[in-house]
Amino acid sequence: MSFETLRPSPALKDFLPIEYKDLVEHGPYGKNKKVSDMGKFKEIIEEHPMCAGCAMTLFIRLMYIGMPNPEHTIVVGTAGCGRLALSQASVPFVYGNYGDTNAVASGMKRGLDIRFPNQFKDVVVCAGDGGLVDIGFQGLMHSWFRHEKFVTVLLDNEVYGNTGGQESGMTNKGKVLKMSPRGKKDEKMDMLGLAKVAKLDYIARLAPTNPARVARTIRRSILIAREFGATYVQAYTSCNIEYSIPTPDVMKDAFEIEKDRYGFEEIISDRAKEFLKDLEAKAKAERKAKK
Amino acid sequence: MSNLDFVAEGKPADWVPLGETQTVVDPMEMFFKLPRKTEFITGSEAARESIRRMNVDVAIAYPITPQSETMQQAGYLYDEGYIKDFYRGEEEIGVMSACAGASRAGVRTLTATSGPGLMRGMEAISSWPGARVPMILMDMCRVINTPLAIQPDNIEMSFMLNTGMLLLHAEDQQDFYDYPLVAAIVSEKVDVTLPCAVSVDGFFVTHARGQVSMTPKEYKLPPRDGWASAVPAMDNENPPARLSRDAPIQKSNFISYHMHSSWQQEVFAAVERSAKYFDKYLDGCIEIVNPDADEFLVASGAAVSQSREAVRQEGEQGRKVGMIKIKTIRPWPMRQLIAALKNAKRILVPEFNQAGWLHKELCSTLYGRTTGTMIGGPRVYGGMTMPTEMILEWLADARKKQL
Repeated sequence: MSFETLRPSPALKDFLPIEYKDLVEHGPYGKNKKVSDMGKFKEIIEEHPMCAGCAMTLFIRLMYIGMPNPEHTIVVGTAGCGRLALSQASVPFVYGNYGDTNAVASGMKRGLDIRFPNQFKDVVVCAGDGGLVDIGFQGLMHSWFRHEKFVTVLLDNEVYGNTGGQESGMTNKGKVLKMSPRGKKDEKMDMLGLAKVAKLDYIARLAPTNPARVARTIRRSILIAREFGATYVQAYTSCNIEYSIPTPDVMKDAFEIEKDRYGFEEIISDRAKEFLKDLEAKAKAERKAKK
Repeated sequence: MSNLDFVAEGKPADWVPLGETQTVVDPMEMFFKLPRKTEFITGSEAARESIRRMNVDVAIAYPITPQSETMQQAGYLYDEGYIKDFYRGEEEIGVMSACAGASRAGVRTLTATSGPGLMRGMEAISSWPGARVPMILMDMCRVINTPLAIQPDNIEMSFMLNTGMLLLHAEDQQDFYDYPLVAAIVSEKVDVTLPCAVSVDGFFVTHARGQVSMTPKEYKLPPRDGWASAVPAMDNENPPARLSRDAPIQKSNFISYHMHSSWQQEVFAAVERSAKYFDKYLDGCIEIVNPDADEFLVASGAAVSQSREAVRQEGEQGRKVGMIKIKTIRPWPMRQLIAALKNAKRILVPEFNQAGWLHKELCSTLYGRTTGTMIGGPRVYGGMTMPTEMILEWLADARKKQL
């Protein structure tokens, strides 16, 4: 939450919830934390009811570390596995109706811009392939073509995990899953291609194989969305249950899929590149000055 | 884009949004004290003038007949700077969801729709009360049944009755100017914090002219206070951490059945709590004409105007017929209706829909509380008008016990 609009009286500080104090004193509220310091600071998410070995959970954990200002961020999600973890985080979470994420986020971001004209309030849509690409497709597309100023993070586990393993638009062709008993008939939907058509200023595809890269990608996507409009991050977050990946092999699978068909890709518009260059040069200068 | 970026949209750097030149006045002053000037305008134009004075932050809509006559005017209001942000949404699920997002952010939010659009957005609309998102929904009624038609018919209102929405029914152009302003204020009361729909019979009111008495456009309602709410705005300004108002209220593995039922009870209790505000701002949730009559016409919306004329014509014949106009469908003015109708011998309920939802509501209220005869009709639907003669004939037949 804002440190400018709400400053607890020092006399009452002890009565604030321990979790909030930890986030300010030992966590990422008000100061960015490095992925390499994981385990040494209070994280935005610490407990969750996700399946053992779930790659999506790892990605979500890293996503929160990548947020430039989690104390000024609201996450919007929908039904699906991801919300089980997202709703446990120390960032407000809107759990809307099925497939409404990008419409809700559009209204919310505009409302927050009116109420807080001098403070970036980041809205992050984070939902699965079913929620965004199938039932939420229309809202997703229109938010992109309107260039709404928030990032959409697609947790692509290539299946409806939460409802028990039905094929989705992001499932690969030929895959046998519930509701595709003879193998999925159509190709995996090309969301990166659609993002390019919509001329988004930042598009990224990645697997959670490189934690620092996940955090950096999320940070960039949010910072660019603030300035220029819609951005998109598509992450491979396997479902080890429905794809029968042994728990100890989840990361092995992530590396293999990354190598095979989910390699890191980052498409940045020229103006966003310039923006990032300036931003990163400033950060470098600040670090140098500190030394 | 928004008025916040008005230079990027072609406005000069020294442009002053006209909304910023308006003076904020207390709602009671606006509703009852400010001088008014009467104009002969359509219902859609009356709605526009209402929005102009409403201090709207965000308006979002998808065009549909007959609503589009109003919401394209809202676009001009945005251009003039009376609305801070405005866009045409992708369709009604998107629009109603975006409105939920904007209201969660703590700003005054407005949308409007008609018949099939209301039905399309219904999943989102029915989730608004539980999400405790105050906003104003203008509903210009039209046919929803197949075959597809754009004729007036208010059956769509029945789909909102049990959602937890506040629901007003405007009789005429004047009401469609006054009610949305009242809706904005009551919707945002801390002990209410609910969305409010203002329905009106499409075409009969929206596309026809009537006398509308309005306050000067230089005055507007106070803005929404995003922090004054039964549940916190989703702005991440509310301690403590791990406070998400949405997730804990979602049934699933996070919530007990008891908590969910309690949440629903609270929503409907909030609907009842809104009654005292509507009573104050609307000068009563019902209007009674000829309270000591033996027979009554009970109506809402455009059926009230037809009933007024029937009462007048009956009066010319020396017969005193009573009439009750129900302004607030939700909160339902149960006690007032029981008190007003306890001695009635005949009660007719003229309606502009086939199902007779108002008649059903009234029957469930008066069951065991009146010895009078309840008559469900007359009813017209699918675009039909309701001639006064029709009401007079039904009254005559009722007297002959033919109904």
